[in-house]
Amino acid sequence: MLKDEDRIFQNLYNDNGADLESAKIRNDWSETKDILEKGREWIINEVKSSELRGRGGAGFPTGLKWSFAPKEVGSRPHYLVINADESEPGTCKDRDILRFEPHKLIEGCLIASYAVNAHKCYIYIRGEYFNEGQKLQAAIDEAYKNNLIGKNALNSGWDLDIYIHYGAGAYICGEETALLESLEGKKGQPRLKPPFPALIGLYGCPTIINNVETVAAVPTILRRGAKWFSSLGRPKNTGTKIYCISGNVNNPCNVEEEMGIPLKELIETHAGGVVGGWDNLKAVIPGGSSMPMLPKEICDNIKMDFDACVENKTGLGTAGIVVINNDQDIIKCMARIARFYKHESCGQCTPCREGSGWMWRMLERMAAGEATPGEVDMLFDVTKQIEGHTICAFGEGSSWPVQGLIRHFKDEILERNKFDPVVKKQKNIPYLVDQHLLEKENA
Amino acid sequence: MSVKKIHKDQPETFEFNEKSMEAANKIVSNYPDGRQQSAVMALLYIAQRQHDNWIPLKAMKYIAKFLDMPYIKVYEVATFYSMYNLSPVGKYFFQVCTTTPCMLRGAYDLVKVCKKKISEKENELSEDGKISWMEVECLGACVNAPMMQVNEDYYEDLNDKKLEEIIDTIYQNKIPKPGSYAGRINAEPVDNRKTLLGNKNA
Repeated sequence: MLKDEDRIFQNLYNDNGADLESAKIRNDWSETKDILEKGREWIINEVKSSELRGRGGAGFPTGLKWSFAPKEVGSRPHYLVINADESEPGTCKDRDILRFEPHKLIEGCLIASYAVNAHKCYIYIRGEYFNEGQKLQAAIDEAYKNNLIGKNALNSGWDLDIYIHYGAGAYICGEETALLESLEGKKGQPRLKPPFPALIGLYGCPTIINNVETVAAVPTILRRGAKWFSSLGRPKNTGTKIYCISGNVNNPCNVEEEMGIPLKELIETHAGGVVGGWDNLKAVIPGGSSMPMLPKEICDNIKMDFDACVENKTGLGTAGIVVINNDQDIIKCMARIARFYKHESCGQCTPCREGSGWMWRMLERMAAGEATPGEVDMLFDVTKQIEGHTICAFGEGSSWPVQGLIRHFKDEILERNKFDPVVKKQKNIPYLVDQHLLEKENA
Repeated sequence: MSVKKIHKDQPETFEFNEKSMEAANKIVSNYPDGRQQSAVMALLYIAQRQHDNWIPLKAMKYIAKFLDMPYIKVYEVATFYSMYNLSPVGKYFFQVCTTTPCMLRGAYDLVKVCKKKISEKENELSEDGKISWMEVECLGACVNAPMMQVNEDYYEDLNDKKLEEIIDTIYQNKIPKPGSYAGRINAEPVDNRKTLLGNKNA
């Protein structure tokens, strides 16, 4: 288990209060000026050598992302945008950072905006987190008052303004280009990439977009050194991560742990074990609902980091771990996730807009045992036609979990769905277009 | 993308009151010159708050003029995002999360209670017209499942009995305490905390 002093988010459960004074006891805002004085190059190189990877789901190396920002500010100003539109089912880590560690985030914003030459920073918070946003705003006001941000922040000569922008309940705005559209006051529909936001982003200006947890971790990394951070975990998967463990466990919780901790240890130690014991485990969704689920055999041994998850055909994503035990109907669980994606598709690309509804309806029927055996392959085919045929990664996010279900639980679906439409049972299946053919007088 | 119904009875006029006007001007100043369109989402919230928690069409037209942008663009935004109510909701607006992590821990029990105690169908007012409820997608408090939101506050770690108590309290015009109903602070594991122990009683 990770030692307590190596945890970055010391106030994860709000034992000590989130105000500036308590934050300073936790070492926030100490040496910040010294860090800024070491210069852009040093900051970016240090973040690069810490091998910090973005905590928002994709796991893109943060230092590398920052280095994509143009070195000199041209005719267009640079922007820093913080993605706090946390909507992935199973994930609730950013909420606790916004509520309880806002000063880590604000300090991170100052360092990051200095590193990428931005004088303005927008924090995009999902609309449901209104109270959390108010707490963050209080912390921002405190920081302005103490000259930690604002004009000539910390007497370092750097100006920084931070603004909060509330979303309004659209999951897709967590996608970075959709988030920019939304910030510009439009519908949150993703843009084509390239051009990447680092060159053409908010208002057509160079923009760096980072997740809350990534930016909030940066000040501690720079204070304690990249070596310390990269000594945790394993190469390319370094540092600590907040894991959100929810679902059928005895003590669901958020906990910060080392990267690469075995999944079993995480669940047994921190979350009090699976309801009904480890043998009652059915499957685990390791990284928020967009990541394919894993059956128990893999869960026994898998380590929780980016590369180990990819080796098992899934992904760490946001590390929102959803535990499903044998008391649950796994097909129904997946059908509910599919309904989520059907609801949240932005409607821009046809494969996703139509396909997400197809997947949901097919899965609902499979959960009810009303599908034909052949439809399982048809469903897999549908997922393959969505994946890779959309502007943003929502297509993958909605189809991968369905593929995961079919990959690991195909037998169970087939077992339940033996319905054969040729057998003329009087069954009312509203989705079946050929229903009239089954009715007696037409048969 | 959600289906939204525009309310049949629309008010004749809409204008920001003084307080809203002040808030709106402050928000617009957050964005660069000429980019005032960015403020549309915040302004729709302000209109919604001023107008009993729903947005009439007149308010959208007003905001379009206010920000010097086409009305259709405001309409587009108001219909795209799910948190803008385009027809009246209860004074206490219950949003029950039923996405998988909450479902696993019994979110549909909460839905049953809502059906029993508030109204048979979603988005219908209760008998005294105070409460309405709807199912929503993930609200981002999954380790505190099952949970729901009443106006701006989160009520976490619920079950059907606790929800019934909450609804009863609200019917008596009192606002129950938000937060976890399992006796824990925030997102710590109940009775099983193994980390940050030095902090605990600091």
